[in-house]
Amino acid sequence: MLKIKNLHASINGKEILKGINLEVKNGEVHAIMGPNGSGKTTLSSVVAGREDYEVTEGEITLNGVDLLELAPEERAHKGVFMSFQYPVAIPGVTVTNFIKTALNAKRKAAGKEDMPAVEMLKMIREKSELLELDKKFLSRSLNDGFSGGEKKRNEIFQMAMLEPKLAILDETDSGLDIDALKTVANGVNKLKNKDNAVIVITHYQRLLDYIVPDFVHVLKDGKIIKSGGKELAFELEAKGYDWLK
Amino acid sequence: MLKDKIILSYTGFENNRSTEIDTEFHAKRVRAMQQFEKVGFPTKEIEEWKYTSLKNLLKTDFTLLTASESDIDTKKIKPFLLKGIESYKLVFLDGIFQPQVSVTSHEGLDICILSSAISKPKYNIVLNHYFNTIASQKDGLASLNTAFTQEGVFIHIPKSVVVDRPVEILYLTSGSEKEVLVQPRNLVIVDENAYVQIVERHQSLTSQKVFTNSVTELFAHKRAIVEWYKVQNDNLQASIIDSTYISQKEQSVVSMFTFSFGGDLVRNNLHVYHEGEHITSNLNGISMLHGTQHVDHQTNIYHQQPNCESHELYKGIFDEQSTGVFNGKVIVSKEAQKTDAYQQNDNILLTDDATINAKPQLEIFADDVKCSHGCTIGQLDKNALFYMRQRGIPAKEAKALLLYAFTDQVVNRIKIPALKIWITDTISKKLGVELEIEV
Repeated sequence: MLKIKNLHASINGKEILKGINLEVKNGEVHAIMGPNGSGKTTLSSVVAGREDYEVTEGEITLNGVDLLELAPEERAHKGVFMSFQYPVAIPGVTVTNFIKTALNAKRKAAGKEDMPAVEMLKMIREKSELLELDKKFLSRSLNDGFSGGEKKRNEIFQMAMLEPKLAILDETDSGLDIDALKTVANGVNKLKNKDNAVIVITHYQRLLDYIVPDFVHVLKDGKIIKSGGKELAFELEAKGYDWLK
Repeated sequence: MLKDKIILSYTGFENNRSTEIDTEFHAKRVRAMQQFEKVGFPTKEIEEWKYTSLKNLLKTDFTLLTASESDIDTKKIKPFLLKGIESYKLVFLDGIFQPQVSVTSHEGLDICILSSAISKPKYNIVLNHYFNTIASQKDGLASLNTAFTQEGVFIHIPKSVVVDRPVEILYLTSGSEKEVLVQPRNLVIVDENAYVQIVERHQSLTSQKVFTNSVTELFAHKRAIVEWYKVQNDNLQASIIDSTYISQKEQSVVSMFTFSFGGDLVRNNLHVYHEGEHITSNLNGISMLHGTQHVDHQTNIYHQQPNCESHELYKGIFDEQSTGVFNGKVIVSKEAQKTDAYQQNDNILLTDDATINAKPQLEIFADDVKCSHGCTIGQLDKNALFYMRQRGIPAKEAKALLLYAFTDQVVNRIKIPALKIWITDTISKKLGVELEIEV
């Protein structure tokens, strides 16, 4: 599904990614781990299309489509979803209104009509139950005054609504207590199927107890320096990153 | 020069109003004219006019006192009135009242026009008591308006009357042939414990230049509640200077809204005088400009008594080469202990060429007060834009949604649902998108 070949990217002239190769197939869960400053967030931002970064070399394709040619919203329409480490607060736009706007924008891009209101409400109800979000939550301003746990559950709620092909979860576990972590992981697991894929970006192995990866990659200094199965995560947790060269 | 032309035309104006001679009303006019002759139009040398120049506007050869022959029909004014609700309507065309499209009342309250109040002896006491008592006696523009006062709104809501529907004031200009200077004058008195909502609009129907010099005096007596919505969405040939003077007695609540969406040069002078304790004044504004439009908000709140509150919230969005001014003055005299004054002015500049001059001005002479102000000037939040686009919302819509959200805090304070819808629609149109907003 996702193919990243020899990806180099920089910000303000400073090279952060120095030749990333990664292939993710349908139905797979990949974990990308690494120390702070290794380029984890840069990688997810570049795949999602953040314009602050400049791709200097390499390619990213999703089901054969060149993502680098597309605007962030077009990538989203093709099925890329990124859960933000720091979701942005938008006072004045409710959770419901935001997701309606996003979902209908995606449908429009696919040449479909707006989703009928009744169907939309039903879907919102179902998906919000999955993430244990109550009704009142849905009419609050997006991420405005949300707790850490609420922000992350809201991210996964949006993922559930948008049904992406590729979901990148950037440090979704940061700032979560164990209950919130379980809720979020449970949501992700229920959304997982043989046709989509998930990339979990994390510093710690903790989240991987709940979202079990098929592959684990270690990112250090802008390169993937080691790949392995889920047992690699345990090794990293025990030994840290320094033993890897 | 326009000033000389005006002074010359005053004699002619006087001659047509011989019945007024020897009245107190007339004496006020004469004094005002003398003041205008003395000070003329404000110039940039005056501190409050530092960022707004009338120089270009005053180069135009404006004509005063146009006599409009044309009647206006309901169809033509419909776009400028609220939809789907009952309201009192006071419609003027080129300064002349249009009874055929207006809805007035004298039943238990007075919602009518100033010319009839001037001509009817039974209103003389009220008129003499209130007219030109809080409007500035020094300012050239206010004096000019007073000197030529002819027509406008006269509203008197008696004690404990709750007006069951909004009052819509609509000033239209047809000026089909020439460039005109129109000078509406409004006098609104809301007695003890009474309540009224007012929506005021000035609209040009011509492509000729229009200069409106409007003066309003509002008296809110004890426990009165007044909501006043000023809608400024005129075309690029129309300029307005609106001077509104408000006197509040104890426990009254006055909420002013100024929506500045259009016009060439727009200037709002708001003066609020506290004359009792436990008064609340709410001043709200949204400015959304593009092109070379200019909007200047001058707010002046005179806290003269203890235990009063004032809350100001002004939001500005400036696109292209538009310019804005916000000068928020709060004066707390030494008697005004326990004053709670809050002022917030947030601005977004969408281009490098847009300008905002913001100046909060707090003059505090009391020692036990809570006064604060905040002012922000920024650009659209890039992180928020990326976040929204990542969720599939196209850049243009994302930008619009963010800008709409920026104004939302003020929009949500609008108490008339039909107006809220209209304001939301207008903002969406200006942003060039259809926003699905729940009202």
